[in-house]
Amino acid sequence: MIMILKRFPWHIPIFLAPAFCIYGLFSAIPLIDTLRLSFFVEDAHGVRSFSGLQNYGFLFRDPIMAQEFWNALWVNCRFFMINMLVQNPVALILAALMATAKIKGVVIYRTAIFLPTLLSVVIVGFIWKLILSPVWGVGETMMSWVGLEAWFGPWLGQQETALVTVSLISVWQYIGLPMILIYAALIGIPDELLDAAYVDGSRPLRTFFQIQLPLIYPTLGLVTILTFVGNFNAFDLMYTVYSGAGGGPEKSVDLLGTLFYRTFFGFASQIGSTTMGATVASLMFVIILAGVAAYFFFIQRRLLRFQY
Amino acid sequence: MKLLTKNSARATLLTMAVSMVMQVSAGEVLIDTWRTDDKDLWEDVIIPAFNKHHPDIKVTYRPTNPPDYNATMDSRFKGGTAGDLIACRPFEVSLSWYHKGNLKSLQQQPGLDNFPAFAKAAWSDQGVPYCMPIASVLHGFFYNEEIFSELSLTVPKTEAEFFAVLDAIKKEGSYLPMALGSNDKWEDYEVAYAGVGPNYWHGETGRQGIIDGQRKFTDQPFVDAWKYMAKWRPYLGKGYQSQTYSDSQTLFTLGRAAIYPGGSWEISGFNKAIEGEFEYSAFYPPVQKAGDQCYITDHVDIGMGINKQANNPTDAAVFLEWVASAEFADLYTNKVSGFFSLSNHDIAVKDPVAAEIKSWRDNCQSTVRLHSQIKADGILGSLYDASAGVLNATRTPEQAAADVQAVLDSQ
Repeated sequence: MIMILKRFPWHIPIFLAPAFCIYGLFSAIPLIDTLRLSFFVEDAHGVRSFSGLQNYGFLFRDPIMAQEFWNALWVNCRFFMINMLVQNPVALILAALMATAKIKGVVIYRTAIFLPTLLSVVIVGFIWKLILSPVWGVGETMMSWVGLEAWFGPWLGQQETALVTVSLISVWQYIGLPMILIYAALIGIPDELLDAAYVDGSRPLRTFFQIQLPLIYPTLGLVTILTFVGNFNAFDLMYTVYSGAGGGPEKSVDLLGTLFYRTFFGFASQIGSTTMGATVASLMFVIILAGVAAYFFFIQRRLLRFQY
Repeated sequence: MKLLTKNSARATLLTMAVSMVMQVSAGEVLIDTWRTDDKDLWEDVIIPAFNKHHPDIKVTYRPTNPPDYNATMDSRFKGGTAGDLIACRPFEVSLSWYHKGNLKSLQQQPGLDNFPAFAKAAWSDQGVPYCMPIASVLHGFFYNEEIFSELSLTVPKTEAEFFAVLDAIKKEGSYLPMALGSNDKWEDYEVAYAGVGPNYWHGETGRQGIIDGQRKFTDQPFVDAWKYMAKWRPYLGKGYQSQTYSDSQTLFTLGRAAIYPGGSWEISGFNKAIEGEFEYSAFYPPVQKAGDQCYITDHVDIGMGINKQANNPTDAAVFLEWVASAEFADLYTNKVSGFFSLSNHDIAVKDPVAAEIKSWRDNCQSTVRLHSQIKADGILGSLYDASAGVLNATRTPEQAAADVQAVLDSQ
């Protein structure tokens, strides 16, 4: 017994302590407190009282609130789908080209595509708003160079096109991250494997689909999760492009993030509610948690990892 | 919005730190407000003018970014760090502060008699005042006088004349007839619908009707006002669906648009941006038929109350009494062009455009923005969506009315 105590590895808790304390103080405790707050209501005098599931009941039963919540959830799902269908496949193609094809100036391309990720969202929103603005005509002029000016429209202002446009701006901004992750995984594959495939007569495409791609599945999984968490927390771009958390034309760009902002801080004549905001935030947490849990349960467990 | 200079940012931080750490001693008064644009004016003109009468009271002006004002004040009230004097938006927001016990009742406050009843009503709870009224803004249409004289157009008085003017500008083709967009949504209601609608619902009559439940948004006058706005579509800029509020302002100040639906609060900014490049003026919303009574939105915009937990309520009340004086009314009206003192003092307005706008009060009946005092959470947001939807043709005027009424009925 004494021997065990003596050998207790004290250095482990000591080294873990800083991260544990900071994460606990700034992440875990606020999160738990948010969940706690969602079970309370606040009266006009700011006095809080426990109300059980009343806030959740209101959110799902009040016709206007429920309609806004389901709309925001559906918009958010579509936002995620566009990101999954455009951002990640294109990132994969770009990474594959950079890792396998012999292109001159790979470093320049890599940097240029990654750069927007480092820009502030406010700047990105502002630049694209200007480019796409029909008033100042930057985008229209550029399209006229290739004879497409007739196709130009106020995409950010139309209900049908607003979400796709904003999603593509988001893709343009963040595509560098998955691209760099996939690229790093691809160049990590040992050359012996690829050489052996070449000797066995495998064409480059077949090598890519049957050897390289299976080897980077874990990375693709990671990219999926990062996209999912990022998209369901997205807010800043919509806020910038539509000058506030109004949700764009006919609420067609109203994500859970903007809905939360309106609920918590108030919007127009709607007075902000700490407890209702906490309820929306808790639901966002539950949705993200469910998505990540499903991924880990159904996909992550089946992925094979190879040691090179 | 003006960027803070490093020094004033430091000063703000310092005052915040000081006010949090120490008890503010007697003789110091701190003002919390959202009017960042007027900071210099308060510090260089208004506060020195007050100090001529009361040199022993030190007044500090602490502005907050306007969109964050309500949330910031909520947390300051909770944390006990709010100033002595609090700038009040009309009706709901400051009323909720009064209900929570953050604002003092001003029953005994001297100076309130200098204001008309309608101004006091914006900051009273069942007859008990909790903020001193300061100023209002008026809605109308700005127009570029040079474009009007170039195309030999006259100021329209009726809707028929208004559309004739718009048609003429459109036909000539050099200028955009009307600068209004629907990207930001809020101005489609706050400026456009709330500005031209009172001619339809007869100002206060219609607004009170909605409050009493006698009228509905689905009634003819309210739907017709949206129908009227829907008729503006052909005269708006190409791709107006993604034109922002600042795009519209810029189109007008560059001289590219002939008419701009707005309000008197634009005057200071317009004077700076136009720099005398062209002459501009304003006309009130045209009436439906010649001879109709005209109505204008004369919106009570800003007032000031005393924090219930103020460190220095005595001096705060002294300052508030001065806010009700003719001197303050004159300074505020003429230094913050486009904000008109709500007091009964007869103030000569020096800016020509502001004077023109103020003269509308002589013939037209005043009302406030339609949503004021309507007890429905989210009514304003739904009015934004409805008005932008009508302009974008994603909703018919009837649908827009039904959607807003649904929010009202759900409360």
